Amino acid sequence: MKKSAFSLHVDLESFMPASAEDKEYMVQMRPSSTFFKDGIKRLRRNKVAIVSFYIVLFITLASIVLPMLWPYSYESMLGVVPGKPVDASYNNLSPFKYGSTELRKIEAGEKVFPHVFGTDSSGRDYFIRVVYGARISLSVGFFASIIVLVIGLTIGAISGYFGGKVDLILMRIVDIIYSLPDMLMIILLASVLRVSLGPAIENTIFAKLGSNVISLFIVFGALYWVSMSRLIRGQILNLREQEYVLAARASGARGPRIITKHLLPNCMSVIIISTALQIPSAIFTESYLSFLGLGVNAPMPSLGSLASEALNGLTTYPYRLVIPAIVISLIVLSLNLFGDGLRDAFDPKLRT
Amino acid sequence: MTDTAKNLVEVKNLKKYFSINTGFFKSKQLKAVDDVSFSIKKGETLGLVGESGCGKTTVGRTLMQLYKPTAGSIVYDGKQIKTPSDISEFRKKAAIVFQDPYSSLNPRMTVSDIIGEPLDIHKAYENKQERRERILSLMQKVGLNSEHASRYAHEFSGGQRQRIGIARALAIRPEFVVCDEPVSALDVSIQAQVINMFDELQNDMDLTYLFIAHDILVVRHISDRIAVMYLGKLVEVADADEIYEHPLHPYTRSLMSSVPYPDPKIARENKRIVLSGDIPSPLNAPSGCPFRTRCPHAAEICAQSMPSLSEAATGHAVACHRLKEIS
Repeated sequence: MKKSAFSLHVDLESFMPASAEDKEYMVQMRPSSTFFKDGIKRLRRNKVAIVSFYIVLFITLASIVLPMLWPYSYESMLGVVPGKPVDASYNNLSPFKYGSTELRKIEAGEKVFPHVFGTDSSGRDYFIRVVYGARISLSVGFFASIIVLVIGLTIGAISGYFGGKVDLILMRIVDIIYSLPDMLMIILLASVLRVSLGPAIENTIFAKLGSNVISLFIVFGALYWVSMSRLIRGQILNLREQEYVLAARASGARGPRIITKHLLPNCMSVIIISTALQIPSAIFTESYLSFLGLGVNAPMPSLGSLASEALNGLTTYPYRLVIPAIVISLIVLSLNLFGDGLRDAFDPKLRT
Repeated sequence: MTDTAKNLVEVKNLKKYFSINTGFFKSKQLKAVDDVSFSIKKGETLGLVGESGCGKTTVGRTLMQLYKPTAGSIVYDGKQIKTPSDISEFRKKAAIVFQDPYSSLNPRMTVSDIIGEPLDIHKAYENKQERRERILSLMQKVGLNSEHASRYAHEFSGGQRQRIGIARALAIRPEFVVCDEPVSALDVSIQAQVINMFDELQNDMDLTYLFIAHDILVVRHISDRIAVMYLGKLVEVADADEIYEHPLHPYTRSLMSSVPYPDPKIARENKRIVLSGDIPSPLNAPSGCPFRTRCPHAAEICAQSMPSLSEAATGHAVACHRLKEIS
């Protein structure tokens, strides 16, 4: 019983003994959840990240599937038919307009697939060129970040785990690469490599890719692993001092086991996140290199080279610049937002 | 404990120096453990006490070969541990329990994988079934439910985590366990449970402990003998009750006088010996006896040489120049 209204004494009468059912409920344990399940659950709740993910997925699938279904190819000039003079009516078509022979077909009652974005100055279907450009940009971004990941992870893990002199030498190399001006190095490397690589890769499977794409990969591999390796090294240095690593060593574990079982799983989130954020930056670099004419070999389009070509007729055909620009922005923005979502979901400590 | 029992662990003149960068291209030696010798008999518990930063943990970790000793020898079961193959042999018989139950368990591994790791490393089972049975029996031994096996460490409380750490240490059926402040991160009620568990396990499995702690009462409860450390050196070694009742070294006396007594009447009568000043940095350790800067009985001789650890009574060794004058 409370003696006064203001008494802080606990009123025992307001308590009830727990029924058997209540007790049962309290001891029930929720099913165990793994780190990744938790992360995915948090990621699902982030609407922005999910929408971005679907946009990226949509663009990726479209760039894989559409070229197979589309009746036009990215390199065929529609006005050029062997044995006949060039039909200039196909050049610079506006969206949903047709060339002279196509108009005749339509009059004869045949169906002609429309040129959704028109054609470019050489009479090539612009829509499929944009799709192809997205395909090139995405695959460059994806493979470049995998190269960066593999090199950065290996060097970072070695540097962090062994420490001492190994670490000192590797990190000085990183410092040197860091201190070179990126842009200049990329442009120099790309222009040197495209000349020297050309003859070297002739008659190999790489020839189809073109020397410029290969040189892009080399540029990424050579320059962009540094920040990744620093990141991994920092993580490993930090984790190496954790007591569970000491515990593993005390029970007899050796280097490979410690790295694969204890160190890498614990920096997985950082690895995934920084790889995801590496993709848009690689796409961006590819785009501006292509814009400067150092990217993919013509006639293969990339979003950057499409934008660069569009500059010539900018006043008459502004949409030819706007379309690839929008696609680049959409890809880079959604990848960045998705990467941020991943970071928030898997590594809440990194959130700023 | 009979005197005829042989020494399981013998540590002779163990030194562990770390080099610390004090400036650009300059480094200095931090003498974390400086010339420490002790031995532990089979089935015995040696308590190691001292204040923070005096090198207790370094002794434990160097003993477990987690740090490479700068000098000195470690003899286990009559055999000196020197080569890598000695070390891996030693690790099948010795284990360590860490202080921090939070950072000593890998957050990406389930409890059964954490406990099973030493078994995996030493390939101590024939098949999956046997591995599982051994893990479950270990969990039962330390008081964990079998349904905890597939959970992750972050789902447990501090006391439960420490039990997981203990189960991991016991997985390989060790003879010798280094307990590196295993209870200092737990609150008092849990401390008691865990310490009693250590006691029971010792009886069940015939274990030998090196029990490191800074809490004298905990150490006295569990230890047969106690060694007191100050600034990387041992200052006094004796039986647990002996050192508690009759401390000889001035540092031990002050340490014992600081133990809180749960009776206010007695506590009021007890005079605390309050030391002035702080523990000196091990980077600039004083010459001679490390304790002389704070010792109320310090004399000239204390600055000149380090007193050796010698027997003042049977089984009671003290390192002090002015032992006779003090007592």
